Amino acid sequence: MNHLVMLPILIPLLGSMIILLSKSLSFKTQRILSLGFIVLLIMASIFSLCSVLDKGDFIYQMGNWQAPFGITFVLDKLSITLVLLTSLLAFGALWYAVKSDSDKMGENFHTLFHLQIFGINGAFLTGDLFNLFVFFEILLLASYALMLHGHGKKRARFGIHYMVINLVGSTIFLFAIGTLYGVLGTLNIADLALQISNLPAENSAVVATAGLLLLIVFGLKAAMFPLYFWLPGTYSSASAPVAALFAIMTKVGIYSIIRIHGTLFGELAGELSYYYTPWVLGLGLITIVLATIGVMSSNTLKEQVAYLVLASVSVLLIAIGINTPASISGAMYYIIHSTIVAGGFFLLADVLGTLRGNTRDILERTDRFKMMILSGSLFFAYAIAAASMPPFSGFLGKMMILSSALPSSLSSPWVVLIFTLVLVTGLGIIISLTRTGTLLFYHTKNENEPIESTLSISIFYPIMYLFAISVLLVVFANPITAFTEQIATMIFDSQGYISKVLVGEVQ
Amino acid sequence: MEILVALIVAAFTTGGIFLLLKGRTFPVALGTILLAYAANLFLFSMGRLYINQPPILIEGVSSYADPLPQALVLTAIVISFGMTAFLIVLSLRARYEMGNDNVDGVDKNTETDIEEKTNEKADV
Repeated sequence: MNHLVMLPILIPLLGSMIILLSKSLSFKTQRILSLGFIVLLIMASIFSLCSVLDKGDFIYQMGNWQAPFGITFVLDKLSITLVLLTSLLAFGALWYAVKSDSDKMGENFHTLFHLQIFGINGAFLTGDLFNLFVFFEILLLASYALMLHGHGKKRARFGIHYMVINLVGSTIFLFAIGTLYGVLGTLNIADLALQISNLPAENSAVVATAGLLLLIVFGLKAAMFPLYFWLPGTYSSASAPVAALFAIMTKVGIYSIIRIHGTLFGELAGELSYYYTPWVLGLGLITIVLATIGVMSSNTLKEQVAYLVLASVSVLLIAIGINTPASISGAMYYIIHSTIVAGGFFLLADVLGTLRGNTRDILERTDRFKMMILSGSLFFAYAIAAASMPPFSGFLGKMMILSSALPSSLSSPWVVLIFTLVLVTGLGIIISLTRTGTLLFYHTKNENEPIESTLSISIFYPIMYLFAISVLLVVFANPITAFTEQIATMIFDSQGYISKVLVGEVQ
Repeated sequence: MEILVALIVAAFTTGGIFLLLKGRTFPVALGTILLAYAANLFLFSMGRLYINQPPILIEGVSSYADPLPQALVLTAIVISFGMTAFLIVLSLRARYEMGNDNVDGVDKNTETDIEEKTNEKADV
């Protein structure tokens, strides 16, 4: 029963191997296997979620070596939510890859896709800092290869940028791990939190440095200012299903800040308690301004969506910076919303690019094209959701985060700054998305014949599927927010996490 | 010995960062290699530096060398090795795709701007 924890990690790993071995069979078999393993993963994730809701959290000690000596995996409400989110998003992205034939552009797409999920799920489930590093490397190596899927100059160029900056990030991660191990003598997250709570005063500066080094690494993954310059180029040049899957990658960074920093430097940490939040808040506020400027000045639709991902990440950073259970609860809701919507938006941008013929997704005036009403309606829906307007899920998430700023312990200039920047940038995003929509669908050269296209309507199904999740988030907002509130309470309970993982160790 | 190791780590890091800031892919690849060396050496020394000590705690032994950082370094070396191989292959690929080895794909000497061509050939 306890082995359940490993299923979301083992299924993609097994899937990638079996797909690799089935290369001699037909391409169709590979596709069926690939989709089959994702469906299996979704079922396993839902089953794990039900078990967690039913019986509480699961702690898996690898090889039955008790923490802190062995490697621990932790299946709790926070990790299982993100694992389920990954698998739902991956299903949409893979469906689109099969429908649009973009998995045929290069070799081994399906194998790499599953290895990527393997790394992401592992990062969400592990309870050990060095193991987190290893899973980061797995997901990064798969993402380097996926990013280059389909070749082309632009991909090679941004692939190098993406890879080099992440290699530097990995090096900093190793320095941070080394520093923490050198001072505290452990790498288990729960044990680290316990050691930090008993930290002698002369060591606190070293541990604080290591914590901020970790923040650089996670900030790089989450694309926090000034470490976001790789994101727009990478996301807009990757092929659409890959970009859609990458929407979860920035959330791996956000998750790591919530889990690692929230546990290590929680209320038990004495003078280091939540010392990182002003950094996250300030940098999040800068990021949201720059992301909006990026949205307003993009030349292509994909670049615009990439900057929208950045804007959603900065809202999450601000929520972490506010640092109350209510803001983290809002952040959890907003993570689900923004991942799904960003993924779907990338797919839609790709369809529009195909429909618009030679103009692709460059934002300039062109002829009419086929299926304008359907694609236009979907664009309208996605634009509203991405701009966090009612009635879709983004509005609720942003509202929860903003309303949590008022009763928090932040001083009033900060609260005013948060409200002003979040609302003004929201307006900027609405204006530029309106402009994009007008340009794409109204301001066309009507005198010419519509651009021919052989796309069938079924290409829109994955996009509708992802949007349906966003709608469901609103319909079931009440139980979901109750659930995210439980997650937030759990995140703030570092003592609970420590005593869960280190059974028999805590006095 | 500690000062010597610290200086070596510092030298590797300095060289690594200097090379990373270069504009061509080969020095950048070398820079990441040097940085990885620095990180590995640093990680290794975090178990404290001992000479002639047993790596395992057995009865009657009070002082021992910590084996865990060595295991961590081994993992880190393998990973950085694989990453370096991938980066070099990617650099060669980019050299082939873009016609020069500049990290931005723009050769300062010939001023061949790839922007226009990439927009035409943009993602399929």
